[in-house]
Amino acid sequence: MTDPSTASAVTTAPEEFVTAAEHAEVKGNKPRSLASDAWHDLRRRPLFIVSAALILLVLLMAFWPSLFTSVDPNYAELGKSREGPSAAAWFGYDNQGYDLFSRTIYGSRASIIVGVAATLLTVLIGSTFGLLAGYYGGWLDGLMSRIADVFFGLPFVLGAIVILSSFRASGDTSATQIILLVVLSISILSWPVCMRIMRSAAIAAKQQDYVKAARALGASTSRIILRHMLPNAVAPVLVYATIALGAFIGAEATLSFLGIGLRAPVVSWGVMISDSRDVIRVAPHSLLFPAAFLTATVLAFVMLGDAVREALDPKAR
Amino acid sequence: MTTTRSEVDFEETARVPGAPLLEVDDLFVEFRTRDGVAKVLNGVSYRVEPGETLAVLGESGSGKSVTAQTIMGILDMPPGVITGGEIRFHGENLLKASSRRRREVRGSGIAMIFQDALSALNPVFTVGFQIEEQLRLRKGMSRKDARKRAIELLDQVKIPNSKGRVRQYPHEFSGGMRQRAMIAMSLALDPEMLIADEPTTALDVTVQAQIMDLLKDIQVERNMGLILITHDLGVVAEVADRIAVMYAGRIVEQSHARDLYRKPGHPYTQGLLDSLPRLDLKGTELRTIKGLPPSLLNIPQGCPFNPRCPRVQDICKTEVPPQHRLAPGRLSACHFAEELISGD
Repeated sequence: MTDPSTASAVTTAPEEFVTAAEHAEVKGNKPRSLASDAWHDLRRRPLFIVSAALILLVLLMAFWPSLFTSVDPNYAELGKSREGPSAAAWFGYDNQGYDLFSRTIYGSRASIIVGVAATLLTVLIGSTFGLLAGYYGGWLDGLMSRIADVFFGLPFVLGAIVILSSFRASGDTSATQIILLVVLSISILSWPVCMRIMRSAAIAAKQQDYVKAARALGASTSRIILRHMLPNAVAPVLVYATIALGAFIGAEATLSFLGIGLRAPVVSWGVMISDSRDVIRVAPHSLLFPAAFLTATVLAFVMLGDAVREALDPKAR
Repeated sequence: MTTTRSEVDFEETARVPGAPLLEVDDLFVEFRTRDGVAKVLNGVSYRVEPGETLAVLGESGSGKSVTAQTIMGILDMPPGVITGGEIRFHGENLLKASSRRRREVRGSGIAMIFQDALSALNPVFTVGFQIEEQLRLRKGMSRKDARKRAIELLDQVKIPNSKGRVRQYPHEFSGGMRQRAMIAMSLALDPEMLIADEPTTALDVTVQAQIMDLLKDIQVERNMGLILITHDLGVVAEVADRIAVMYAGRIVEQSHARDLYRKPGHPYTQGLLDSLPRLDLKGTELRTIKGLPPSLLNIPQGCPFNPRCPRVQDICKTEVPPQHRLAPGRLSACHFAEELISGD
């Protein structure tokens, strides 16, 4: 949100948390805001603590993979091809003789970047359009909704193939460019869902009396949208975002599997899963480990979203 | 204090010195829906002076709230369309004012409180924050000053433990307290005019009386104009100076409160008063007004009340009754208003 106080409140408030029954008696002038209250509430939820710890671990893996392993993920020893887990290589080796543990650790970076960036971009585009369409209605809503329908009508895989193959035709593309392209193609094809969710939530919020009351007390349009509608409409989008994040990491895997997403030398869980497709029966561990990490990460984000959504609803406290 | 503030706030406006505080003049509003055009307001006129309470009485759908929303400029358009009339605040026609100017008037000139305070308060912000927000934005107060002022305002509306309460969310307040908080919020910018749209309908009877007393006290203290929209004749009797009775988008009678109760000048008002339960008539059947209010899509010809009127004559079915001036400040839209007043 735009108010700088919200951010500062998060850092100043923790010392004086009190329950709903007590705080009536508390004197003190520290501001109580939605964000600071949500933070107080979150810190005591086991669901949040577990999911946050998991996500923190994955983020650590993504940013400092050398903390976890000293093996080069792109060093192949063909002689050890498809060897099972052992003390030397905890997750075993894949078909090419790559160390699976090292690759799983290094693979988190690309997967997390694609997942998080694609989700942020999708939510940003979708919420902005959705809020504007929901607030103004009329022809603007009609126009935006029709544009969204056009994008919504494109089948995801087909659309991604068209976008990725036409923009990647120009020979060598660096790893960053590939990641950027994958993120863009996922976002462009997914924002209509987010827009529809935000639009309907915004329409519901707009009809509430407090929006009318805010107008009757002289609030400006931007203030009504950002302070009165957005916080009340954000919950369903947040839920969608956490689910989408998991789905996007999966989508990255799908695109890699089809050979149009990330590819060597970039390591990602999707690339690893697609690499293992021919040897699933003889070396199931080469599928198991990246898939398990992918699932755990997606689950952690879904749980985090659930906890955050509940904490942001003052009535549920 | 009121005068200095208005001098600051209303420089360079189209204020007319000596004009009434608020004047609604021959206002027409339609709702253009798929089913047809609903004529919601058909020439509503009233005025309010500082320190005066005007009660607007009427059944659901008679146009009381639409008038208020049109004054505030929060009518949903579409489907609403203002087809005629003026709303003058200190002589300045608000319907012709720029949207920026209208926004200035809202809150600091005219403020409004709503029927259901729970839904009129934003559930995700503390009560204090919602009061402070206006003070910070509109008056440029610092966070600390705004908090102080918010606590003062909560004290003024007699919320106990205001220092703690200011940090609570709306759902942590009881119904009566919420309405008090809503009143505090509307008073934050020291409006000259307050519109209360059924402020006590959602509350139980004892709390109703407290809220009405509070509104009255605050009004007297600040010399505010007050429009009280209600369908409850009992609420009106104690606080209103003048009463406007609305029926099918028209004001059918306008009068000083006492005169109206003593001798209603319109059969509809008579019907409303007769349908009040009375202790001395306990055990007898309650009198009602027969029939239903007309559909606004299809208002009857002539006097809109004619299908339900016990005194209906031929002229009522063809001619819309003009406003008869019965006494200074007393109007009635009935062909037989004089007879009603002078007769038994």
